[in-house]
Amino acid sequence: MKRVLALLFIVAAISVTAARAVQPDEIMADPVKEARARDLSRELRCMVCQNQSIDDSEAPLARDLRLLVRERIAAGDSDGQVIDFLVARYGEFVLLKPRFERRTVLLWLVPPFVLLGGGLALWLNGRRRSGHGGVGPSQPALTAEEEARLAALLAADAPPEKS
Amino acid sequence: MIAESGHYAMVLALALALIQSTVPLLGARLSDPALMNIARSTALAQLLFVAFSFAALVTLHVTSDFSVANVFENSHSLKPLIYKVTGVWGNHEGSMLLWVSILALFGGLVAAFGGNLPRSLRARVLAVQAWVASAFYLFILGTSNPFLRLPNPPIEGRDLNPVLQDIGLAVHPPMLYLGYVGFSISFSFAIAALLEGRIDAAWARWVRPWTLIAWIFLTLGIAMGSYWAYYELGWGGWWFWDPVENASLMPWLAGTALLHSALVMEKREALKVWTILLSILTFSLSLLGTFLVRSGVLTSVHAFATDPTRGVFILLILCVFIGGSLMLFAWRASALKQGGLFAPISREGALVLNNLFLTTACATVFIGTLYPLGLEVLTGAKISVGAPFFNLTFAPLFLLVMIALPFGPMLGWKRGDLLGAAQRLLAAGVVALFAVAIAWAWTSGGAALAPLAIGLAVFVIAGALTDLAERIALFRAPFGVAMRRMRGLPRSIWGTAFAHAGIGIALIGIVCETTWNTEYLGTMKAGDAANVAGYELRLEGLFQEQGPNYRETTAPFTVYGGGQRIAVMRPSKRSFTTRGGMSTTEAALLTRGASQLYISLGDATPDGGIAVRIYHKPMVLLIWLGPVLMAFGGMLSLSDRRLRVGAPKPAKALRGLQPAE
Repeated sequence: MKRVLALLFIVAAISVTAARAVQPDEIMADPVKEARARDLSRELRCMVCQNQSIDDSEAPLARDLRLLVRERIAAGDSDGQVIDFLVARYGEFVLLKPRFERRTVLLWLVPPFVLLGGGLALWLNGRRRSGHGGVGPSQPALTAEEEARLAALLAADAPPEKS
Repeated sequence: MIAESGHYAMVLALALALIQSTVPLLGARLSDPALMNIARSTALAQLLFVAFSFAALVTLHVTSDFSVANVFENSHSLKPLIYKVTGVWGNHEGSMLLWVSILALFGGLVAAFGGNLPRSLRARVLAVQAWVASAFYLFILGTSNPFLRLPNPPIEGRDLNPVLQDIGLAVHPPMLYLGYVGFSISFSFAIAALLEGRIDAAWARWVRPWTLIAWIFLTLGIAMGSYWAYYELGWGGWWFWDPVENASLMPWLAGTALLHSALVMEKREALKVWTILLSILTFSLSLLGTFLVRSGVLTSVHAFATDPTRGVFILLILCVFIGGSLMLFAWRASALKQGGLFAPISREGALVLNNLFLTTACATVFIGTLYPLGLEVLTGAKISVGAPFFNLTFAPLFLLVMIALPFGPMLGWKRGDLLGAAQRLLAAGVVALFAVAIAWAWTSGGAALAPLAIGLAVFVIAGALTDLAERIALFRAPFGVAMRRMRGLPRSIWGTAFAHAGIGIALIGIVCETTWNTEYLGTMKAGDAANVAGYELRLEGLFQEQGPNYRETTAPFTVYGGGQRIAVMRPSKRSFTTRGGMSTTEAALLTRGASQLYISLGDATPDGGIAVRIYHKPMVLLIWLGPVLMAFGGMLSLSDRRLRVGAPKPAKALRGLQPAE
């Protein structure tokens, strides 16, 4: 059902006579610049769609944005300048990968924090439960008598190797 | 009449669920077997009534009874029969009915096959199951009644959204729901264990098969959905990091972690508290997914605010169940005794590491999906979190998992030998290096990391094979002995190997598809040819055809490869007259080995041409073959004698009675 809804949203965003994403007439003559335009397009959101990049989207707005990106590239902008230009015009919403700034601190820091925090918690837990330095030393050592009994028992019925 | 009786059956199911959620608990408290056994009969009766209700809705759709609002809005008399049936769950009300039907099905299965469970545990599990069921019956009856009648029945229906008129809808939502809702069983078991204040290895052994069943369906459901989007949406993408996809990925990640931690608990009695917490979290994420998709909060926070009845109801269910279960957990978890100790380098340690990574991956998807919503609610600022974010954060985590993966099964329980495991994996590592070299030499262009990723995938696959080879002492023992050992190998070992190899295979597909995908984009006329990845595709012309409820433009392409005519591909565009001319793209796919040619049509140009996109997607089928193998591994593991025999207590006594394998 989740997917179904995704489809519904996407369909809702496509007008009946919509063109397909990246039209033949949009492609730039220079393949290097075109490749840059495609890479940039994948990072930019079609703002009237449900979570689609302008590279994938068929909406007229996405086409306008694609043409705009190519226009800026043709005018000699660097990738960063193109992005800045679009953000200045359309806001942060246009970026599919938010920049690292004050209000997105949590977003970017949660994954490493969970990993490190989880790792640290495991390490501390392991130390606490096993005393210090691994499993062995925390358990009381066997007395000489116990060692001897253990050796005798082991020798008596050494189990055959099991798979 | 049918609509009314279906509605009434659901009311009765609610009544039964209310009895089931209270009386057995009382019975368990009073140790009264009669009261406890009520759980069993009510669960089965509930299933019967919900099934009746569901059948009633299917009947209404099949007979095109447009006096029922749900049928009017989502069906059409000309629609093919199969889509009349699948249209039942292609809408909000019907899909919620499917949700509770599957919930009741799982409850019924526990009632029917839970004979070996201790009576009090069974009573409590079914009672918890009924709490969830009651909440959702109330939700459906209160806010989303599928049996609502229209005062003035129209003659014709509005038809189902064309994109949904596909075989994918027949399979994908039921599979996904079987997965989602299946996790309710492990949730109920966890809550029941907290209520009992007792949990042991036997508990894990009862829970694992149910978790495994849910996980198998969820795996297949997600893969199926991904393939459906791939061929139906027409631009060849197979994963979009869309919130609705993430909603299904989160329970999958948590469920995968749960499968592994339950293993530790079953074998070594360790990680009890963590396993309980994961059971709760996994189902909570399923509920969260239901909320995200069903409340409309994803379309817009504002839409949610303007028509909040449904959303608020599900949010309430979400808060009560997640909050309540976590509170119960905080209160009772300390009563559960911790089990066996283990060294950091051990099978347990490896599984803990697996859990750490999977949980982090799950948290990443969680924050990425909910952060924009939260930020908008709190500050009004709108940001987007899309594929580039997840590729940057999620992918490295999963690559780390895969590096560690082959070592896990090689380590011994309690205390493992990392050096020994590494030595045994030496052959797998050498194979992987060869794969890197071959991939690097054979291909040109694309990311420099791609051959390394291929090598990693091969390492995982070879590691899974090494594990099998080690266990049967291949090359060490005489061949006959090894074969005999292979036959005697428990099926769960095979299951593990298949599932782990499946991840590697999926990674190969993902890397190949994203790195060496070729694309042709152009306007073509009849007789024009395009060259893509060594194939020549010639457009034969444009043809108009009439379908049952649509018109379509077909553009047959003849495909030539190496001078030979290989096949004809027929991509088309459909225009649905019943839905105001809404159009869909029917891509044409040609499978060559594991690779595919993919054609999708754009708009016709005034001078008789048509915009065409042609892709060559190398090894793309491996992306879905991987999950299928994983699910197959799950099924093998499920059929393992250990799980079939059931509870460990009577296992010794029963062993003599089991038929020989």
